[in-house]
Amino acid sequence: MTDRKDFLTREKFMQELWRYKKGSVTRRHFLGVTGLGLASSVLGSAVPGLRSAAYAQGSIGDRVVVASWPNYHDPANFDAFTAETGAAVDLNVFGSNEEMLAKLQAGGSGWDVFVPTNYTITTYVEQDLIEPIDLSKLPNYDAASFDARFADAGTVNGVVYAVPRNWGTTGFVVNTSMLGDLPKPSSWKEFWDMTRAEFSGRTMVHDYQLTTIGNALKYFGYSFNSIDPAELAEAEKLLLDAKPHLFAINSDYQPSMRSTDAWMSIAWTGDGIQLHRDMPEIDYVLGKEGGELWSDFFAIPKGAPHREAAYALLNYLLNPEVNAKEVAFHGYPVADARVNAILPPEMLNDPIMYPAAELLSPLEFGAAVTLTDPNRAELMARFKSA
Amino acid sequence: MQRQDLRTWLLLVPAGAWFLCMLILPLIVVFVFAFGERGAAGGYVPAFTFENFANLGARWTAFKNTLILAPLGTLACLLIAYPLAYFLALRASARWRTLLLILVIVPFWTSILIRSYAWIYLLGGQGIPSLLNALGFGNPRLINTPFAVLIGIVYGYLPLMVFPIYVALERLDKRLLEASSDLGSPPWRSFLQVTLPLSMPGVATGSMLVFILLMGEFLIPAMLGGGKVFFIGNALVDLFLQSRNWPFGAAVAVALVVVMLVTVAAYLRFTRRWAGGRDDVSLM
Repeated sequence: MTDRKDFLTREKFMQELWRYKKGSVTRRHFLGVTGLGLASSVLGSAVPGLRSAAYAQGSIGDRVVVASWPNYHDPANFDAFTAETGAAVDLNVFGSNEEMLAKLQAGGSGWDVFVPTNYTITTYVEQDLIEPIDLSKLPNYDAASFDARFADAGTVNGVVYAVPRNWGTTGFVVNTSMLGDLPKPSSWKEFWDMTRAEFSGRTMVHDYQLTTIGNALKYFGYSFNSIDPAELAEAEKLLLDAKPHLFAINSDYQPSMRSTDAWMSIAWTGDGIQLHRDMPEIDYVLGKEGGELWSDFFAIPKGAPHREAAYALLNYLLNPEVNAKEVAFHGYPVADARVNAILPPEMLNDPIMYPAAELLSPLEFGAAVTLTDPNRAELMARFKSA
Repeated sequence: MQRQDLRTWLLLVPAGAWFLCMLILPLIVVFVFAFGERGAAGGYVPAFTFENFANLGARWTAFKNTLILAPLGTLACLLIAYPLAYFLALRASARWRTLLLILVIVPFWTSILIRSYAWIYLLGGQGIPSLLNALGFGNPRLINTPFAVLIGIVYGYLPLMVFPIYVALERLDKRLLEASSDLGSPPWRSFLQVTLPLSMPGVATGSMLVFILLMGEFLIPAMLGGGKVFFIGNALVDLFLQSRNWPFGAAVAVALVVVMLVTVAAYLRFTRRWAGGRDDVSLM
């Protein structure tokens, strides 16, 4: 027989194991010297039943790049995913769907997963920017358990392009301790009037045409989704009139609300929950004229560089137990009945998370046309550069 | 002779190719795009229209903000950097000089983004204003004002101004100052007639560096201006990354390049005259 250099005696193996246990050699050294690392990776890829072990060997790659929204993910869940799969989550935060669309249109975004809102998905499909979801890779996705109202927008022409993330509303947060003698505002009319009077210099609006223009349209009672030039002209007049009174135009308004530099801001459900949780004087209000009802989705861009990791992450986050932890962190409601079944009742009864039906009924879902309408886009750009 | 020419050309190939691919070709693309039309979902559709240029007035405020705050920021940097550079070059002992020079660079070791975030908190209501309030100076609004942007600019760009001036002052022949003194000049006149003119190349280089970068700045106004102090750089980011109007964005970019060329040319002409027609003041 030839001299087998790679042969490891029992004594030598035990010796190495003890060295590893004592911490005098690294895990990598131990696996390398005993051949266990190689053996487990060969086994992992050869035996389908051991696929999850293959995760641990990094076969899905070492990272997954996510484009999402501010204050929308529990970092602990990402860390747990990384610990389980070896893929680090690289999170990029955006303030508007337009920004996400622009990055994907320009190409080379490098994203593996992003979180578009209901009304944008048909445009992504038309522009050929996202790929159909391979549901066989998402065993944790159970279409039947999702409320169709918040899940339907992910399906275009019978093909599933996106799976539901969360839903919510767009209202405004107001620091009630700053109101003085003023009554608590309950409408978009009061929001814009107070901005130009008592709350001058203390109000924030999103850097996002849909909500900022939409809620300026609500001041006049027009549709949140209007693209009528005359109605948009009125909204622009209001926005330009309010601009000198704004504290900032920024979709990441939590830091300024927390430092009480800002007293009022257009806001999404989860931010309302998070702010109210830490500062009870901050209240979340749905304008009684209406506003936006939305649902967010996970989608995978065409040419995602870490596709397998993207599916692994989606599947991980769709696990009802993980998703429930996400909800406990960010406070956005989910459309998944399996998650709602395990959420604590105080969350399900929270009026910010699940507003009363009469407050929800005047709300509108964003319309696809608002994403691409050139007039709305230019109005927002003019408003910002004014 | 022939061979030397060839060698020169060969050595210039990398830089030439770089400028061609990274500057000339993109500028041509931008120029062509400026005459196009926005696609239905955004982007660029080929066309030939002057509409984008006719529309430039819609970004007048952004141009105005930039054209006020960029020179103002450059001037503020200069006024703060000159005494500092003077001290470093002519007054500090050799032992301290190296350490102090390193301290000027140290902030560059941290990303400007993170340092701007720090300024958000410093200038926010819980920061400097509350300190001023406690000292009885009222409670001024600092964050999201042009003043905050100016502070951010001076903070971020100061080293770029200090170093060229320092180098110019450090090379200064001290015997000239002695001569000036021997001939009866008081120190202030020596400074005005000897030191200052001889440091003008550094002043010009530093001002140019800071000014050109400021004309394209977008991060500091976005972070410390709260989206309310809009530079032309912010308008460009907006047009490409939000409203996806590439042709209009290209037209704004072309206008910015033209404005910059005109300002820089005027500035060079001005400083050259100021320095008495000395050629080494010029960067070009």
